[in-house]
Amino acid sequence: MRGSCRPRNTQDRPVCMTNCPTLIVTVGLPARGKTYISKKLTRYLNWIGVPTKEFNVGDYRRECLKIYKSFEFFRPDNEEGVKIRRQCALSALNDVRQYLSVEGGQVAVFDATNTTRDRRVTIMKFAEQNGFKVFFVESVCEDPDVIAQNIVQVKLGNPDYVHCSSDEAIADFMKRIKCYESSYQPLDEDLDSDVSFIKIMDVGCRYLVNRVVDHIQSRIVYYLMNIHITPRSIYLCRHGESDLNIQGRIGGDSGLSARGKEYAKRLGKFIEEQQIKDLKVWTSQMKRTIQTAECLGVPYEQWKSLNEIDAGVCEEMMYEEIQEHFPLEFALRDQDKYRYRYPKGESYEDLVQRLEPVIMELERQENVLVICHQAVMRCLLAYFLDKTSHELPYLKCPLHTVLKLTPVAYGCKVESVYLGVDAVNTHRDRPENVNVQRSTEDALQTVPAHL
Amino acid sequence: MKHRSPSAEQHRGKLPRVGAPAAAAPPPDGTMEDTSPPNPRELTQNPLKKIWMPNKNGLPEKHISHRKVCMTNCPTLIVTVGLPARGKTYISKKLTRYLNWIGVPTREFNVGQYRRDFLKIYKSFEFFRPDNEEGLKIRRQCASAALNDVRQYLTDKGGQVAVFDATNTTRERRGTIVQFAEQNGFKVFFVESVCEDPEVIQENIVQVKLGSPDYTNCNTEEAVEDFMKRIKCYENSYETLDEVSDRDLSYIKIMDVGQRFLVNRVLDHIQSRIVYYLMNIHITPRSIYLCRHGESDLNVNGRIGGDSGLTPNGKEFAKKLNQFIQTQNIQDLKVWTSQMKRTIQTAEALSVPYEQWKVLNEIDAGVCEEMMYEEIQEHYPLEFALRDQDKYRYRYPKGESYEDLVQRLEPVIMELERQENVLVICHQAVMRCLLAYFLDKTAAELPYLKCPLHTVLKLTPVAYGCKVESISLNVEAVNTHREKPEVPNFSGSLVSSRVLIPGALSVFR
Repeated sequence: MRGSCRPRNTQDRPVCMTNCPTLIVTVGLPARGKTYISKKLTRYLNWIGVPTKEFNVGDYRRECLKIYKSFEFFRPDNEEGVKIRRQCALSALNDVRQYLSVEGGQVAVFDATNTTRDRRVTIMKFAEQNGFKVFFVESVCEDPDVIAQNIVQVKLGNPDYVHCSSDEAIADFMKRIKCYESSYQPLDEDLDSDVSFIKIMDVGCRYLVNRVVDHIQSRIVYYLMNIHITPRSIYLCRHGESDLNIQGRIGGDSGLSARGKEYAKRLGKFIEEQQIKDLKVWTSQMKRTIQTAECLGVPYEQWKSLNEIDAGVCEEMMYEEIQEHFPLEFALRDQDKYRYRYPKGESYEDLVQRLEPVIMELERQENVLVICHQAVMRCLLAYFLDKTSHELPYLKCPLHTVLKLTPVAYGCKVESVYLGVDAVNTHRDRPENVNVQRSTEDALQTVPAHL
Repeated sequence: MKHRSPSAEQHRGKLPRVGAPAAAAPPPDGTMEDTSPPNPRELTQNPLKKIWMPNKNGLPEKHISHRKVCMTNCPTLIVTVGLPARGKTYISKKLTRYLNWIGVPTREFNVGQYRRDFLKIYKSFEFFRPDNEEGLKIRRQCASAALNDVRQYLTDKGGQVAVFDATNTTRERRGTIVQFAEQNGFKVFFVESVCEDPEVIQENIVQVKLGSPDYTNCNTEEAVEDFMKRIKCYENSYETLDEVSDRDLSYIKIMDVGQRFLVNRVLDHIQSRIVYYLMNIHITPRSIYLCRHGESDLNVNGRIGGDSGLTPNGKEFAKKLNQFIQTQNIQDLKVWTSQMKRTIQTAEALSVPYEQWKVLNEIDAGVCEEMMYEEIQEHYPLEFALRDQDKYRYRYPKGESYEDLVQRLEPVIMELERQENVLVICHQAVMRCLLAYFLDKTAAELPYLKCPLHTVLKLTPVAYGCKVESISLNVEAVNTHREKPEVPNFSGSLVSSRVLIPGALSVFR
């Protein structure tokens, strides 16, 4: 078994993120980006391998109430409303306990306004009783433009407002915010000096960070301090078709085929037509991505961490040859393609760890074109589209196709642009038979055509 | 300077062939034509770093594309802020060490040092009194002299970051610095340290002030008393960085030795990395133990790399390591290994849990894995020579360089900064990289640091640096250290490569 047995029965994680589960608690008035942050953070943590789940109290309320009438529900003097909201919060916390204590979750994100110190103390008691660490993430913003934009982007489409016109929805939502304002007690340097938290002010212009106690909190703070909401697009594509691609061989460091060069030229045209402001271009340090970038006529940066997955002893082999020489390895890979590591090579899991700084820098940047490789592109795509580790190694990333990712609302819009230059198909689906005793025919069932 | 593409050199078929010459039109140098994208430039692979770069008529073109990420477009001036004894110099030195290690040329400029050079003799705190006109004049001159050197370092000498270490406690002084930076095209990032805990300040004074040249002729009590009065001289005019008044500045305010941070307007990648680093360091006393795995089978055969197990000597070392750890009585020791058999086997002899890190794996020697140096010389004499020419930057074909290793190990260093007592069981090249970080060794020194088998290095932070204790556990082992040869290892047919190499190296400066 790869990696020796460890005294404890936990998975071989590169660094023990935390000894006990962590409860992240959002704090802030409505329309301050709490759910945006919750979802993004959850996506990031899951991608780097920390099982994380978000619990949106608003969703629980919608489940309970079925129909949202108006902001009156949120009035502080609405006893019925207050009672229901408390029940929903408790119900959510119960599911949090279940997730962290029973279901193997590592981090839970408790997404609600949590604007009173009282409510936060209740949550901290709950966490203490269950042996969870607590980390608060507060978002403070008074910029009316940002709040209006927020409402337009994510509130108008919300189930609460499905039957309202835009004007009605906005008017109601502004009154809803007002219901919270008088009782809002922001996290305070002095009153909350013993609490672990990050206060995000004015959409990331300023941060106050208090008592970061462990590795995972440190990573969360670093991540939150690097994300932004400036509109931009990320373009992902592979290098042009390579000589080894045509031969059906994996890995290596070959140059572009004639069609690959044609693609590179088309890519250059495409980029020009897109008229992208201040586009950054990144490649790996392998010849085929650099050759592709050379056709763009713009400066580009080479990243070693964008190199294709290292197939170790299988480098430059055809799938048929791998089946012939390493049938056991080939079967193991089909059994768990995400965790499988090539002998003297890497796994998708290793790739994700290697690519984390790329993701962090992509978050910091604005318009970027990343020219990379199949496995690498799958990992990056999985991050943006919130794919699981099961789905990731089978994401379709064909040659000569550019994916344009544009953040919108809580997720990412994807546009797929095929640049009209033929290329071999390099996508190998999971075959039906992954048994180590399977026949060669079964093993090679899904190998794409090649020379 | 003439440069022949590497395909003409011997390379055993491992290096990809350079592509066919481009179409008839001469390749333009990166400028866009009106109608269609330019013909792609030919690529050559630099023999030392194995980086693909465009070449024109056989000559490598200047290209910034080899850098991992453009840290910043213009140089950065980091400016400390804070009363005396708040850890400014500690932070400056540590940050400088970290940035240099990750490859960002950085230097610190301590104004107090300029003052000591100028004044020669320190009499008393009276020099720092706000009404001492002579003192003020000298201190202003020293700050100016330091800023001048900053300008030279960042503008003329290729520096990327300068750390301007002084109190800078008034808004006026900071305004002057901001203007200076603006005139010279530098970005400014302030690092303020605020602390009112008397115990911390006391400890600080004991650790680093008593030994200062200022106080060599005083006894402890006199020194402490004078220093406290010195601090008082600054207190009245101290204008701390303020959320409102300084909202347009980029800064981090560190409060109570890292318990709390206020971060404002982080502008770029390097500032983001600096903030992350400053938020992860601490001053809790602890020790870091570094050692290699026990002697391995491949070690004994004089072979590099691979994934072999321990020899009987190696196993003996592992047992002795366990005894050593027990006698050290270390509180809450964490043990880290790589994912290679020999470090794990070593850790297994300890009676504590350990964590495996893939990033602690030994440097990947690519095509040279499991070879003896003699075999490398025989099969890849050019590679062998290139490695001796620049062992830090040299990348094995299909392998890694020390430079790559450092990038790979950065998260380990970050986590080591967060942790307290840790034992890292790793490998020769990896240990050299980690050691270079703690002992502030240059890229030239790093690949030749002595990290013999069966020897534990105990690193304990003290004052502004690191105390090293070397403990040999008295178990025999082969020597795996290869010194830098006096004369590069050329064989007869490589006269042309002598021409090749300087050309290749010069592009990457």
